[in-house]
Amino acid sequence: MEFIADFSKLLLATCRDVLPIIILITVYQFLVLRQPIPHLRRLIVGGVYVIIGLALFLAGLDKALFPLGKIMAAQLSDPVFIYGADIMVSQADWKAYGWVYLFAAMIGFATTIAEPSLIAVAFKANEVSAGTISQWGLRITVAIGAAIGISLGTFRIVTGTPLYLYILVGYTIVIVQTFFAPKNIIPLAYDSGGVTTSTVTVPLVAALGLGLAASVPGRNPALDGFGLIAIVCLCPIITVMGYAQFMHWHSQRKK
Amino acid sequence: MIISLILKKIRQAVTDLLPIILVIAFFQIVVLKQPLPHLGEVLFGALLVVAGLALFVQGLEMGLFPIGEAMAQALARKGSLFWLLFFAFALGFSTTVAEPALIAVAAEAAEIAGAGGLIDSSREALQQYAFGLRMVVAFSVGLAILIGVMRIIRGWPIHYLIIGGYVIVMLMTTIAPSEIIGIAYDAGGVTTSTITVPLVTALGVGLASTIRGRSPLLDGFGLIAFASLLPMIFVMGYGLLIFR
Repeated sequence: MEFIADFSKLLLATCRDVLPIIILITVYQFLVLRQPIPHLRRLIVGGVYVIIGLALFLAGLDKALFPLGKIMAAQLSDPVFIYGADIMVSQADWKAYGWVYLFAAMIGFATTIAEPSLIAVAFKANEVSAGTISQWGLRITVAIGAAIGISLGTFRIVTGTPLYLYILVGYTIVIVQTFFAPKNIIPLAYDSGGVTTSTVTVPLVAALGLGLAASVPGRNPALDGFGLIAIVCLCPIITVMGYAQFMHWHSQRKK
Repeated sequence: MIISLILKKIRQAVTDLLPIILVIAFFQIVVLKQPLPHLGEVLFGALLVVAGLALFVQGLEMGLFPIGEAMAQALARKGSLFWLLFFAFALGFSTTVAEPALIAVAAEAAEIAGAGGLIDSSREALQQYAFGLRMVVAFSVGLAILIGVMRIIRGWPIHYLIIGGYVIVMLMTTIAPSEIIGIAYDAGGVTTSTITVPLVTALGVGLASTIRGRSPLLDGFGLIAFASLLPMIFVMGYGLLIFR
Protein backbone atom coordinates (compact mmCIF):
# COMPACT_ATOMS: atom_id res chain seq x y z
CA MET A 1 0.00 0.00 0.00
CA GLU A 2 2.76 2.36 1.00
CA PHE A 3 4.47 1.65 -2.29
CA ILE A 4 1.36 2.48 -4.29
CA ALA A 5 1.12 5.82 -2.50
CA ASP A 6 4.80 6.57 -3.24
CA PHE A 7 4.40 5.57 -6.85
CA SER A 8 1.30 7.72 -7.41
CA LYS A 9 3.16 10.66 -5.88
CA LEU A 10 6.01 10.18 -8.37
CA LEU A 11 3.59 9.69 -11.23
CA LEU A 12 1.89 12.96 -10.31
CA ALA A 13 5.25 14.74 -10.08
CA THR A 14 6.27 13.46 -13.52
CA CYS A 15 2.92 14.59 -14.96
CA ARG A 16 3.54 18.02 -13.45
CA ASP A 17 6.94 18.14 -15.16
CA VAL A 18 5.34 17.31 -18.50
CA LEU A 19 2.35 19.62 -18.06
CA PRO A 20 4.03 22.84 -19.28
CA ILE A 21 5.24 21.01 -22.41
CA ILE A 22 1.75 19.67 -23.15
CA ILE A 23 0.17 23.11 -22.64
CA LEU A 24 2.78 24.80 -24.84
CA ILE A 25 2.40 22.30 -27.69
CA THR A 26 -1.42 22.35 -27.52
CA VAL A 27 -1.57 26.15 -27.52
CA TYR A 28 0.77 26.23 -30.51
CA GLN A 29 -1.27 23.63 -32.39
CA PHE A 30 -4.52 25.52 -31.95
CA LEU A 31 -3.42 29.15 -32.12
CA VAL A 32 -0.24 29.31 -34.19
CA LEU A 33 0.20 26.26 -36.42
CA ARG A 34 -3.51 25.38 -36.89
CA GLN A 35 -2.92 22.05 -38.59
CA PRO A 36 -3.49 18.47 -37.46
CA ILE A 37 -0.58 16.53 -35.99
CA PRO A 38 0.27 13.38 -37.97
CA HIS A 39 0.19 10.03 -36.08
CA LEU A 40 -1.38 11.72 -33.06
CA ARG A 41 -2.42 8.46 -31.39
CA ARG A 42 1.04 6.98 -31.59
CA LEU A 43 2.54 10.16 -30.14
CA ILE A 44 0.13 10.14 -27.21
CA VAL A 45 0.83 6.46 -26.47
CA GLY A 46 4.57 7.22 -26.62
CA GLY A 47 4.13 10.17 -24.26
CA VAL A 48 2.24 8.00 -21.78
CA TYR A 49 5.03 5.39 -21.95
CA VAL A 50 7.59 8.09 -21.18
CA ILE A 51 5.66 9.33 -18.13
CA ILE A 52 4.91 5.88 -16.67
CA GLY A 53 8.42 4.63 -17.50
CA LEU A 54 10.09 7.58 -15.81
CA ALA A 55 7.87 7.29 -12.72
CA LEU A 56 8.64 3.55 -12.42
CA PHE A 57 12.34 4.27 -12.93
CA LEU A 58 12.37 6.92 -10.19
CA ALA A 59 10.30 4.75 -7.81
CA GLY A 60 12.77 1.90 -8.28
CA LEU A 61 15.75 4.19 -7.70
CA ASP A 62 14.13 5.54 -4.52
CA LYS A 63 13.59 2.00 -3.30
CA ALA A 64 16.83 0.33 -4.27
CA LEU A 65 19.66 2.57 -5.31
CA PHE A 66 19.39 5.92 -3.54
CA PRO A 67 19.14 4.71 0.09
CA LEU A 68 21.99 2.24 -0.40
CA GLY A 69 24.16 4.71 -2.32
CA LYS A 70 23.67 7.41 0.27
CA ILE A 71 24.47 5.10 3.18
CA MET A 72 27.61 3.93 1.37
CA ALA A 73 28.71 7.48 0.62
CA ALA A 74 28.32 8.33 4.30
CA GLN A 75 30.16 5.19 5.46
CA LEU A 76 33.07 5.66 3.08
CA SER A 77 33.60 9.31 4.04
CA ASP A 78 33.25 8.59 7.77
CA PRO A 79 36.55 9.51 9.56
CA VAL A 80 36.33 6.28 11.60
CA PHE A 81 36.48 4.21 8.38
CA ILE A 82 39.25 6.36 6.91
CA TYR A 83 41.58 7.00 9.83
CA GLY A 84 40.64 4.19 12.23
CA ALA A 85 38.66 4.43 15.43
CA ASP A 86 41.12 5.93 17.92
CA ILE A 87 42.78 8.65 15.90
CA MET A 88 41.55 12.22 16.12
CA VAL A 89 42.42 14.33 13.11
CA SER A 90 42.17 18.08 12.76
CA GLN A 91 43.72 18.30 9.30
CA ALA A 92 42.46 16.17 6.41
CA ASP A 93 45.12 13.97 4.81
CA TRP A 94 44.19 13.71 1.15
CA LYS A 95 46.11 10.46 0.71
CA ALA A 96 43.81 8.65 3.17
CA TYR A 97 40.76 8.97 0.96
CA GLY A 98 41.69 6.47 -1.77
CA TRP A 99 38.51 4.43 -1.44
CA VAL A 100 36.42 7.60 -1.68
CA TYR A 101 38.05 8.64 -4.97
CA LEU A 102 37.61 5.12 -6.36
CA PHE A 103 33.97 4.91 -5.23
CA ALA A 104 33.30 8.35 -6.71
CA ALA A 105 34.80 7.36 -10.06
CA MET A 106 33.05 4.00 -10.27
CA ILE A 107 29.62 5.18 -9.14
CA GLY A 108 29.96 8.18 -11.49
CA PHE A 109 30.70 5.87 -14.41
CA ALA A 110 27.89 3.46 -13.53
CA THR A 111 25.17 6.09 -12.99
CA THR A 112 26.11 7.95 -16.16
CA ILE A 113 25.72 4.74 -18.22
CA ALA A 114 22.16 4.41 -16.83
CA GLU A 115 21.28 8.09 -17.33
CA PRO A 116 18.13 8.28 -19.53
CA SER A 117 19.04 11.73 -20.95
CA LEU A 118 22.35 10.40 -22.19
CA ILE A 119 20.67 7.33 -23.70
CA ALA A 120 18.38 9.72 -25.61
CA VAL A 121 21.19 11.96 -26.88
CA ALA A 122 23.35 8.96 -27.87
CA PHE A 123 20.41 7.47 -29.79
CA LYS A 124 19.88 10.73 -31.68
CA ALA A 125 23.60 11.22 -32.38
CA ASN A 126 23.84 7.70 -33.78
CA GLU A 127 20.82 8.27 -36.03
CA VAL A 128 21.95 11.70 -37.27
CA SER A 129 25.54 10.62 -37.97
CA ALA A 130 24.26 7.63 -39.99
CA GLY A 131 25.96 5.26 -37.59
CA THR A 132 29.46 6.75 -37.51
CA ILE A 133 28.99 7.74 -33.85
CA SER A 134 28.24 4.55 -31.95
CA GLN A 135 25.79 4.76 -29.05
CA TRP A 136 27.93 2.75 -26.66
CA GLY A 137 31.11 4.54 -27.75
CA LEU A 138 29.61 7.92 -26.88
CA ARG A 139 28.04 6.72 -23.64
CA ILE A 140 31.22 5.07 -22.38
CA THR A 141 33.34 8.10 -23.30
CA VAL A 142 30.94 10.44 -21.49
CA ALA A 143 30.80 8.08 -18.50
CA ILE A 144 34.61 8.03 -18.27
CA GLY A 145 34.54 11.83 -18.28
CA ALA A 146 31.94 11.88 -15.52
CA ALA A 147 33.98 9.35 -13.51
CA ILE A 148 37.09 11.56 -13.72
CA GLY A 149 34.99 14.62 -12.89
CA ILE A 150 33.40 13.17 -9.75
CA SER A 151 36.72 11.79 -8.57
CA LEU A 152 38.36 15.18 -9.10
CA GLY A 153 35.45 16.91 -7.38
CA THR A 154 35.77 14.75 -4.25
CA PHE A 155 39.53 15.39 -4.28
CA ARG A 156 38.76 19.11 -4.36
CA ILE A 157 36.45 18.84 -1.34
CA VAL A 158 39.03 16.82 0.62
CA THR A 159 41.88 19.23 -0.13
CA GLY A 160 39.72 22.38 0.02
CA THR A 161 41.35 23.90 -3.06
CA PRO A 162 39.34 26.71 -4.70
CA LEU A 163 36.72 25.64 -7.23
CA TYR A 164 37.43 28.34 -9.80
CA LEU A 165 40.94 26.96 -10.40
CA TYR A 166 39.49 23.63 -11.58
CA ILE A 167 36.94 25.37 -13.77
CA LEU A 168 39.57 27.72 -15.22
CA VAL A 169 41.90 24.83 -16.11
CA GLY A 170 38.97 22.84 -17.53
CA TYR A 171 37.80 25.72 -19.70
CA THR A 172 41.33 26.30 -20.98
CA ILE A 173 41.64 22.63 -22.00
CA VAL A 174 38.22 22.75 -23.73
CA ILE A 175 39.14 25.94 -25.63
CA VAL A 176 42.48 24.52 -26.82
CA GLN A 177 40.83 21.22 -27.84
CA THR A 178 38.11 23.05 -29.76
CA PHE A 179 40.68 24.31 -32.24
CA PHE A 180 42.11 20.85 -32.91
CA ALA A 181 39.12 18.49 -32.64
CA PRO A 182 37.18 17.34 -35.75
CA LYS A 183 34.51 20.00 -36.45
CA ASN A 184 31.47 17.75 -36.45
CA ILE A 185 32.00 16.41 -32.92
CA ILE A 186 32.20 19.83 -31.24
CA PRO A 187 28.46 20.60 -30.74
CA LEU A 188 27.82 17.06 -29.48
CA ALA A 189 30.81 17.30 -27.10
CA TYR A 190 29.53 20.59 -25.66
CA ASP A 191 26.09 19.03 -25.15
CA SER A 192 27.46 15.95 -23.41
CA GLY A 193 28.42 18.04 -20.39
CA GLY A 194 24.84 19.00 -19.62
CA VAL A 195 23.26 15.58 -20.15
CA THR A 196 25.50 13.77 -17.67
CA THR A 197 23.99 15.39 -14.61
CA SER A 198 20.40 14.27 -14.48
CA THR A 199 18.00 11.98 -12.65
CA VAL A 200 20.38 9.24 -11.54
CA THR A 201 23.70 11.00 -11.08
CA VAL A 202 22.75 14.24 -9.29
CA PRO A 203 21.16 12.77 -6.11
CA LEU A 204 24.06 10.37 -5.53
CA VAL A 205 26.75 12.93 -6.34
CA ALA A 206 25.09 15.54 -4.14
CA ALA A 207 24.91 13.04 -1.26
CA LEU A 208 28.57 12.18 -1.67
CA GLY A 209 29.58 15.86 -1.84
CA LEU A 210 27.54 16.94 1.17
CA GLY A 211 28.64 13.86 3.15
CA LEU A 212 32.30 14.60 2.48
CA ALA A 213 31.99 18.33 3.13
CA ALA A 214 30.33 17.55 6.47
CA SER A 215 32.78 14.87 7.62
CA VAL A 216 36.19 16.02 6.31
CA PRO A 217 37.84 18.08 9.06
CA GLY A 218 37.99 21.78 8.24
CA ARG A 219 35.34 21.83 5.50
CA ASN A 220 32.13 23.81 5.54
CA PRO A 221 29.19 21.84 4.06
CA ALA A 222 27.42 25.04 3.06
CA LEU A 223 30.29 26.25 0.89
CA ASP A 224 32.36 23.20 -0.07
CA GLY A 225 29.40 20.92 -0.89
CA PHE A 226 28.67 22.92 -4.02
CA GLY A 227 30.72 22.77 -7.19
CA LEU A 228 30.85 19.00 -7.66
CA ILE A 229 28.18 19.07 -10.37
CA ALA A 230 30.03 21.84 -12.23
CA ILE A 231 33.21 19.75 -12.46
CA VAL A 232 31.19 16.70 -13.51
CA CYS A 233 29.65 18.77 -16.33
CA LEU A 234 33.03 19.85 -17.62
CA CYS A 235 35.03 16.63 -17.87
CA PRO A 236 32.85 14.74 -20.42
CA ILE A 237 33.35 17.62 -22.89
CA ILE A 238 37.10 17.02 -22.65
CA THR A 239 36.91 13.21 -22.98
CA VAL A 240 34.46 13.30 -25.92
CA MET A 241 36.64 15.73 -27.88
CA GLY A 242 39.75 13.81 -26.83
CA TYR A 243 38.29 10.52 -28.07
CA ALA A 244 37.31 12.11 -31.41
CA GLN A 245 40.82 13.57 -31.75
CA PHE A 246 42.36 10.20 -30.99
CA MET A 247 40.18 8.40 -33.56
CA HIS A 248 40.97 11.08 -36.14
CA TRP A 249 44.72 10.80 -35.49
CA HIS A 250 44.51 7.02 -35.53
CA SER A 251 42.75 6.86 -38.91
CA GLN A 252 45.20 9.40 -40.40
CA ARG A 253 48.17 7.35 -39.29
CA LYS A 254 46.78 4.19 -40.84
CA LYS A 255 46.56 5.77 -44.27
CA MET B 1 7.09 -10.58 -32.50
CA ILE B 2 5.96 -8.18 -29.77
CA ILE B 3 7.33 -10.45 -27.07
CA SER B 4 10.76 -10.59 -28.68
CA LEU B 5 10.72 -6.78 -28.94
CA ILE B 6 9.86 -6.43 -25.25
CA LEU B 7 12.57 -8.94 -24.32
CA LYS B 8 15.09 -6.96 -26.35
CA LYS B 9 14.17 -3.70 -24.57
CA ILE B 10 14.41 -5.39 -21.19
CA ARG B 11 17.78 -6.92 -22.03
CA GLN B 12 19.03 -3.48 -23.03
CA ALA B 13 17.78 -1.98 -19.77
CA VAL B 14 19.51 -4.71 -17.74
CA THR B 15 22.78 -3.99 -19.58
CA ASP B 16 22.36 -0.28 -18.83
CA LEU B 17 21.96 -0.95 -15.13
CA LEU B 18 24.52 -3.71 -14.68
CA PRO B 19 27.44 -1.35 -13.85
CA ILE B 20 25.54 0.20 -10.92
CA ILE B 21 24.73 -3.19 -9.46
CA LEU B 22 28.36 -4.33 -9.77
CA VAL B 23 29.78 -1.17 -8.19
CA ILE B 24 27.37 -1.24 -5.23
CA ALA B 25 27.92 -4.95 -4.65
CA PHE B 26 31.72 -4.58 -4.83
CA PHE B 27 31.89 -1.74 -2.31
CA GLN B 28 29.32 -3.22 0.02
CA ILE B 29 30.84 -6.68 0.18
CA VAL B 30 34.57 -6.19 -0.50
CA VAL B 31 35.34 -2.73 0.89
CA LEU B 32 32.80 -2.07 3.64
CA LYS B 33 32.45 -5.80 4.38
CA GLN B 34 28.73 -5.62 5.08
CA PRO B 35 25.84 -7.71 3.79
CA LEU B 36 23.35 -6.12 1.40
CA PRO B 37 20.49 -4.80 3.57
CA HIS B 38 16.81 -5.37 2.69
CA LEU B 39 17.71 -7.63 -0.22
CA GLY B 40 14.09 -8.24 -1.21
CA GLU B 41 13.29 -4.53 -1.34
CA VAL B 42 16.42 -3.78 -3.35
CA LEU B 43 15.61 -6.50 -5.88
CA PHE B 44 12.03 -5.24 -6.22
CA GLY B 45 13.37 -1.71 -6.77
CA ALA B 46 15.83 -2.95 -9.38
CA LEU B 47 12.98 -4.69 -11.21
CA LEU B 48 11.03 -1.42 -11.32
CA VAL B 49 14.08 0.44 -12.60
CA VAL B 50 14.56 -2.05 -15.44
CA ALA B 51 10.88 -1.97 -16.44
CA GLY B 52 10.79 1.83 -16.20
CA LEU B 53 13.89 2.32 -18.31
CA ALA B 54 12.64 -0.08 -21.01
CA LEU B 55 9.29 1.72 -21.14
CA PHE B 56 10.95 5.15 -21.18
CA VAL B 57 13.22 4.25 -24.11
CA GLN B 58 10.26 2.83 -26.05
CA GLY B 59 8.24 6.01 -25.39
CA LEU B 60 11.21 8.12 -26.43
CA GLU B 61 11.26 6.59 -29.90
CA MET B 62 7.48 6.59 -30.28
CA GLY B 63 6.49 9.89 -28.67
CA LEU B 64 9.06 12.36 -27.43
CA PHE B 65 11.43 12.45 -30.42
CA PRO B 66 8.67 12.55 -33.09
CA ILE B 67 6.83 15.34 -31.21
CA GLY B 68 9.98 17.46 -31.00
CA GLU B 69 10.77 16.93 -34.67
CA ALA B 70 7.18 17.48 -35.81
CA MET B 71 7.05 20.79 -33.92
CA ALA B 72 10.40 21.86 -35.39
CA GLN B 73 9.26 21.06 -38.93
CA ALA B 74 5.87 22.71 -38.55
CA LEU B 75 7.43 25.86 -37.09
CA ALA B 76 10.12 26.01 -39.76
CA ARG B 77 7.50 25.61 -42.52
CA LYS B 78 5.34 28.34 -41.01
CA GLY B 79 8.31 30.66 -41.45
CA SER B 80 7.54 33.07 -38.63
CA LEU B 81 10.75 33.82 -36.75
CA PHE B 82 8.86 35.43 -33.86
CA TRP B 83 6.69 32.38 -33.11
CA LEU B 84 9.66 30.03 -33.41
CA LEU B 85 11.79 32.05 -31.01
CA PHE B 86 8.84 32.48 -28.65
CA PHE B 87 8.36 28.70 -28.65
CA ALA B 88 12.05 28.19 -27.89
CA PHE B 89 11.98 30.63 -24.98
CA ALA B 90 8.71 29.29 -23.55
CA LEU B 91 9.97 25.69 -23.75
CA GLY B 92 13.14 26.53 -21.80
CA PHE B 93 11.43 28.75 -19.23
CA SER B 94 8.38 26.57 -18.50
CA THR B 95 10.26 23.29 -18.12
CA THR B 96 12.85 24.83 -15.80
CA VAL B 97 10.80 27.03 -13.49
CA ALA B 98 9.09 24.14 -11.67
CA GLU B 99 12.03 21.70 -11.82
CA PRO B 100 12.30 20.00 -8.38
CA ALA B 101 16.12 19.94 -8.45
CA LEU B 102 16.19 23.69 -9.04
CA ILE B 103 13.68 24.38 -6.23
CA ALA B 104 15.86 22.37 -3.84
CA VAL B 105 19.07 24.14 -4.88
CA ALA B 106 17.43 27.59 -4.64
CA ALA B 107 16.14 26.88 -1.12
CA GLU B 108 19.56 25.66 -0.03
CA ALA B 109 21.25 28.70 -1.59
CA ALA B 110 18.89 30.98 0.36
CA GLU B 111 19.85 29.24 3.63
CA ILE B 112 23.53 29.82 2.89
CA ALA B 113 23.06 33.45 1.96
CA GLY B 114 20.94 34.01 5.09
CA ALA B 115 23.44 32.29 7.38
CA GLY B 116 26.28 34.28 5.82
CA GLY B 117 24.48 37.54 6.60
CA LEU B 118 24.32 38.51 2.94
CA ILE B 119 20.56 38.90 2.97
CA ASP B 120 18.10 39.47 5.78
CA SER B 121 17.58 36.07 7.41
CA SER B 122 13.83 36.46 7.97
CA ARG B 123 11.66 33.75 6.43
CA GLU B 124 10.13 36.14 3.99
CA ALA B 125 13.46 37.46 2.72
CA LEU B 126 14.78 33.93 2.25
CA GLN B 127 11.74 32.89 0.23
CA GLN B 128 11.95 36.01 -1.87
CA TYR B 129 15.62 35.35 -2.59
CA ALA B 130 14.99 31.69 -3.51
CA PHE B 131 12.09 32.70 -5.77
CA GLY B 132 14.25 35.33 -7.48
CA LEU B 133 16.99 32.77 -8.04
CA ARG B 134 14.53 30.33 -9.64
CA MET B 135 13.16 33.02 -11.94
CA VAL B 136 16.66 34.07 -12.99
CA VAL B 137 17.66 30.48 -13.81
CA ALA B 138 14.41 29.77 -15.70
CA PHE B 139 14.73 33.02 -17.66
CA SER B 140 18.34 32.24 -18.56
CA VAL B 141 17.45 28.72 -19.76
CA GLY B 142 14.67 30.18 -21.92
CA LEU B 143 17.07 32.73 -23.34
CA ALA B 144 19.67 29.99 -23.90
CA ILE B 145 17.30 27.87 -26.01
CA LEU B 146 16.30 31.02 -27.90
CA ILE B 147 19.94 31.90 -28.67
CA GLY B 148 20.62 28.27 -29.61
CA VAL B 149 17.69 28.21 -32.06
CA MET B 150 18.82 31.56 -33.50
CA ARG B 151 22.25 30.01 -34.02
CA ILE B 152 20.76 27.06 -35.92
CA ILE B 153 18.77 29.41 -38.19
CA ARG B 154 21.69 31.71 -38.93
CA GLY B 155 24.33 28.95 -38.98
CA TRP B 156 26.68 30.71 -36.53
CA PRO B 157 29.62 28.51 -35.51
CA ILE B 158 28.98 27.24 -31.98
CA HIS B 159 32.49 27.45 -30.59
CA TYR B 160 32.78 31.25 -30.71
CA LEU B 161 29.56 31.60 -28.70
CA ILE B 162 30.52 28.95 -26.13
CA ILE B 163 34.09 30.18 -25.72
CA GLY B 164 32.77 33.74 -25.39
CA GLY B 165 30.46 32.43 -22.66
CA TYR B 166 33.38 30.75 -20.87
CA VAL B 167 35.33 34.03 -20.91
CA ILE B 168 32.34 35.89 -19.42
CA VAL B 169 31.98 33.19 -16.72
CA MET B 170 35.64 33.53 -15.75
CA LEU B 171 35.52 37.35 -15.72
CA MET B 172 32.38 37.36 -13.58
CA THR B 173 33.94 34.87 -11.16
CA THR B 174 36.59 37.47 -10.29
CA ILE B 175 33.98 40.05 -9.24
CA ALA B 176 31.05 37.92 -7.98
CA PRO B 177 30.63 37.36 -4.22
CA SER B 178 32.21 34.01 -3.24
CA GLU B 179 28.97 32.70 -1.64
CA ILE B 180 27.21 32.63 -5.01
CA ILE B 181 29.97 31.16 -7.20
CA GLY B 182 29.52 27.47 -6.25
CA ILE B 183 25.75 27.75 -6.62
CA ALA B 184 26.07 29.53 -9.96
CA TYR B 185 28.41 26.85 -11.31
CA ASP B 186 26.06 24.06 -10.22
CA ALA B 187 22.94 25.87 -11.52
CA GLY B 188 24.10 25.08 -15.04
CA GLY B 189 24.02 21.34 -14.42
CA VAL B 190 20.76 20.93 -12.53
CA THR B 191 18.51 22.63 -15.06
CA THR B 192 18.41 20.03 -17.80
CA SER B 193 15.81 17.39 -16.88
CA THR B 194 15.24 13.95 -18.38
CA ILE B 195 12.19 15.01 -20.39
CA THR B 196 13.58 18.36 -21.54
CA VAL B 197 16.82 16.92 -22.95
CA PRO B 198 15.26 14.56 -25.57
CA LEU B 199 12.67 17.16 -26.56
CA VAL B 200 15.22 19.96 -26.97
CA THR B 201 17.59 17.63 -28.86
CA ALA B 202 14.80 16.59 -31.23
CA LEU B 203 13.85 20.25 -31.73
CA GLY B 204 17.43 21.20 -32.65
CA VAL B 205 17.98 18.22 -34.96
CA GLY B 206 14.53 18.72 -36.53
CA LEU B 207 15.25 22.38 -37.26
CA ALA B 208 18.70 21.70 -38.64
CA SER B 209 17.42 19.00 -40.99
CA THR B 210 14.50 21.15 -42.22
CA ILE B 211 16.37 24.40 -42.86
CA ARG B 212 18.35 24.25 -46.08
CA GLY B 213 22.12 24.39 -45.76
CA ARG B 214 22.25 23.21 -42.14
CA SER B 215 23.77 19.88 -41.12
CA PRO B 216 21.92 18.02 -38.33
CA LEU B 217 25.16 16.90 -36.71
CA LEU B 218 26.98 20.23 -36.95
CA ASP B 219 24.04 22.55 -36.23
CA GLY B 220 21.40 20.36 -34.61
CA PHE B 221 23.26 19.73 -31.36
CA GLY B 222 24.42 22.42 -28.96
CA LEU B 223 21.13 23.65 -27.47
CA ILE B 224 21.81 21.88 -24.16
CA ALA B 225 25.30 23.39 -24.05
CA PHE B 226 23.78 26.89 -24.05
CA ALA B 227 21.24 25.83 -21.43
CA SER B 228 24.01 24.74 -19.07
CA LEU B 229 26.20 27.81 -19.70
CA LEU B 230 23.86 30.79 -19.49
CA PRO B 231 22.47 30.07 -15.98
CA MET B 232 26.01 30.38 -14.58
CA ILE B 233 26.36 33.90 -15.99
CA PHE B 234 22.91 35.03 -14.91
CA VAL B 235 23.11 33.61 -11.37
CA MET B 236 26.42 35.40 -10.79
CA GLY B 237 24.82 38.56 -12.16
CA TYR B 238 21.92 38.06 -9.74
CA GLY B 239 24.41 37.72 -6.88
CA LEU B 240 26.18 40.93 -7.88
CA LEU B 241 22.88 42.77 -8.05
CA ILE B 242 21.42 41.49 -4.76
CA PHE B 243 24.46 41.50 -2.47
CA ARG B 244 25.10 45.24 -2.43
